[in-house]
Amino acid sequence: MSSEFRLKLDNIKVRFGGTTALDGVDFAVSPGEIVALIGENGAGKSTLMKVLSGAVIPNEGHMSLEEKPFAPRNPQEARHSGIAMIYQELSLPATLTVQENIFLGMEISKGWILDRGKMHNVAQTALKELGHDISLETLVRNLSISDQQLVEIARASAVGCKVLILDEPTSSITRQDVQKLFSLMRNLKAQGHSIIYISHFLEEVEEIADRFVVLRDGKTVGGGKIGDTTRDKIVALMVGRQLTDLYPRSKHAFGEPLLQLEALTGETKLQSASFELRRGEVMGIFGLVGSGRTDLIRSIFGLDSIKSGKIKIGTYSGYATPSQRWAQGAGMVSEDRKGEGLAISRSIAENLILSYPQSCETSGAFSPKRMLATANEWVSKLSVKCRSTDQKIGELSGGNQQKIALARLLHHGVDLLLLDEPTRGIDVGSKKQIYEQIDNLACNGKAVLIVSSYLPELLGTCDRIAVMNRGRLSPPRNVSELTEHSVMMKAIASDLENITSNA
Amino acid sequence: MNKQIKEWINKLMPLAALVLVYIVFAFIAPPSFVSLKNLELIVRQTTIVGIASLGMTLVIIGGGIDLSVGSIVALVTVCIAWLLMAGCSPIIAALGGVFAGLVCGLINGALITRLKLVPFIITLGTLLVYRGCAKGLAHEQKIDAPLSWINELLAALKPEQSWMVVPAGVWMLILLAILIALVLKYTRFGLYVFSIGSNEQASRLCGVPIENVKLLIYGISGLFAGFAGLMQFSRLTVGDPTVASGLELDVIAAVVIGGGSLAGGEGSVLGTILGALIMTVIRSGCTQMGLSNWVQEIVTGIIIVVAVVLDRMRHKQQS
Repeated sequence: MSSEFRLKLDNIKVRFGGTTALDGVDFAVSPGEIVALIGENGAGKSTLMKVLSGAVIPNEGHMSLEEKPFAPRNPQEARHSGIAMIYQELSLPATLTVQENIFLGMEISKGWILDRGKMHNVAQTALKELGHDISLETLVRNLSISDQQLVEIARASAVGCKVLILDEPTSSITRQDVQKLFSLMRNLKAQGHSIIYISHFLEEVEEIADRFVVLRDGKTVGGGKIGDTTRDKIVALMVGRQLTDLYPRSKHAFGEPLLQLEALTGETKLQSASFELRRGEVMGIFGLVGSGRTDLIRSIFGLDSIKSGKIKIGTYSGYATPSQRWAQGAGMVSEDRKGEGLAISRSIAENLILSYPQSCETSGAFSPKRMLATANEWVSKLSVKCRSTDQKIGELSGGNQQKIALARLLHHGVDLLLLDEPTRGIDVGSKKQIYEQIDNLACNGKAVLIVSSYLPELLGTCDRIAVMNRGRLSPPRNVSELTEHSVMMKAIASDLENITSNA
Repeated sequence: MNKQIKEWINKLMPLAALVLVYIVFAFIAPPSFVSLKNLELIVRQTTIVGIASLGMTLVIIGGGIDLSVGSIVALVTVCIAWLLMAGCSPIIAALGGVFAGLVCGLINGALITRLKLVPFIITLGTLLVYRGCAKGLAHEQKIDAPLSWINELLAALKPEQSWMVVPAGVWMLILLAILIALVLKYTRFGLYVFSIGSNEQASRLCGVPIENVKLLIYGISGLFAGFAGLMQFSRLTVGDPTVASGLELDVIAAVVIGGGSLAGGEGSVLGTILGALIMTVIRSGCTQMGLSNWVQEIVTGIIIVVAVVLDRMRHKQQS
């Protein structure tokens, strides 16, 4: 019965240490078919992609490609079997030409000598089949993002791919380019390629895909023909779960406004954001990856510059650098723990006090002893599991690292806390502790802004939520008026005009 | 427990390497190698590289590089000789030379932080600029200068000075080393140097004044190159615009052999001094055995690569 499918997955399970990333995924795609893979952040899409591309080997389950067992042990094997991935963040070496990129890693050669003539011809044909002509000698860095995508796709078809996987290909290109991409995909489909299309944007899924499959919490929870369902039903499948008592919630008393934004615009993705955040309030910003939610928080904290609009923190107006923001009583936890949040090769204690080393000084000299004592206090207060506060922070688990990142703000005693994905990639126990801390802070009159792509935690912890969609922030609404469904609808709408009519 | 012991072993690695190299030469080199006199010579010969490498330790821990120190040393010797010839007192000449080093370092720092270019490029440029300045100031000749107490800083001790144990220049190296070690451990600046080298983005997020810290780092590197230039002048007794070419590589090697990581965030003063000593011991041993210069260079080169490979293995073990 599987004969009609080109690629078929049965009951795939993947465990990393103690956590289950995939818990029984069934999936199949036929020749000449576009299947959309839908799910929230953390639903298991990226793990599934890693399984298909050979980067992760499943613990259980069976895969077959054209009726032969398919078990790639590394990305090369998967690629040689005809699986091609196109990642959300394009990864082309920018200083190579289009032609060099198309064959990178799969060069055609005669013995030791590259066969540039033959590669040129094959690349030319591949691009022509896609109905585009970019000069093969152009350097990739001179191409627009959508043309770079085209090169990636040409790269896939030139080496004879059977299954093409596109991960969020439209999140960083314009509407016009989306249409170009879609006509390209239809072309490939007509030639008999199988395409797996991952996207958050349901309108786009409805436009291009034949079938859809929904993942939630590492499982396949449903799917079907696009024509047979409604958008509401798909959203219900995506979010369908209950709020638990993971989220403590006290009654918060609101004070005067601490953070005020008026039509704030950034240099890149952030188009417009206006709101007031009061003392004692927890506000959430929900948005999909690439919607500009992180850019907003970075602009507030001075990590990115501001193009126009007004910003006021306490009594201070206008742009300020991160060090000035700390002095004004604001602190930030970055979503990128390893890259930006923490100095991974330094100790727990150093990371904890880095924004406020003055607190560990005695008569002008920095005291390592006092630093360790301070860190010990916080480590026991937040029950961080570690050998000693002298230990390198990189050796801790994600949850414990995150507790230290948050403790930095607590130690600094800031009034305004900007938290970007504060619970990404950490265990449930640590999550709960962080939610408790957030609730506590609000009770003590601090203002908390949380950016997250995990809806349940925002609904569980926030007083108000605003939605970021393609750089524009909707007006915040009280949580009591919102449901997962309505927030998700706003976030996946193709343009903001729809928000008012849909919500 | 086990891990702490391992960490200590790692810290003692450069010391073990120094002892090992010394013992090997003690066996294969003539007996004069282990004489007290030779030991003193080794220490004296380490001083110039040693002092400059203290500044470089800060630079490398902070994730940067300073290629201009050799040229600064030459420029400083020229400045000192020029000031002496112009009739300045030795103390003014010495201070003037060291000050020139500081200015060079601050220029490096200012260019790196203002232009936001990588330190490699900036200091590669100033390597040539400072060398050119030295040559121009000296009209491409050596400048002879009258003898003064400066020339005794690094000279072998006279019998009546034996209470000093080692010459003043070596004491200066020791004191500066202790100073930098204390600065790294007990000042906010020291903490920032490590944090910037470990993760500049995270430091920025924490409000660390990255530009000022970097400016200071390169300023100190220049200042210490100035002290090294003073020592170089002491040994030469002339201002020589062509001296110390390639010194920067010895200095960087000392830091790297001593456990400094070119990726930043790691390194120690003790390690750097040991690294500098290891190189001098190899040189001294080879000279005593009558081996040519090229053998010394090959041996030193191998030591550098082996030191970094060991360092890499150590890192893998930890992660």
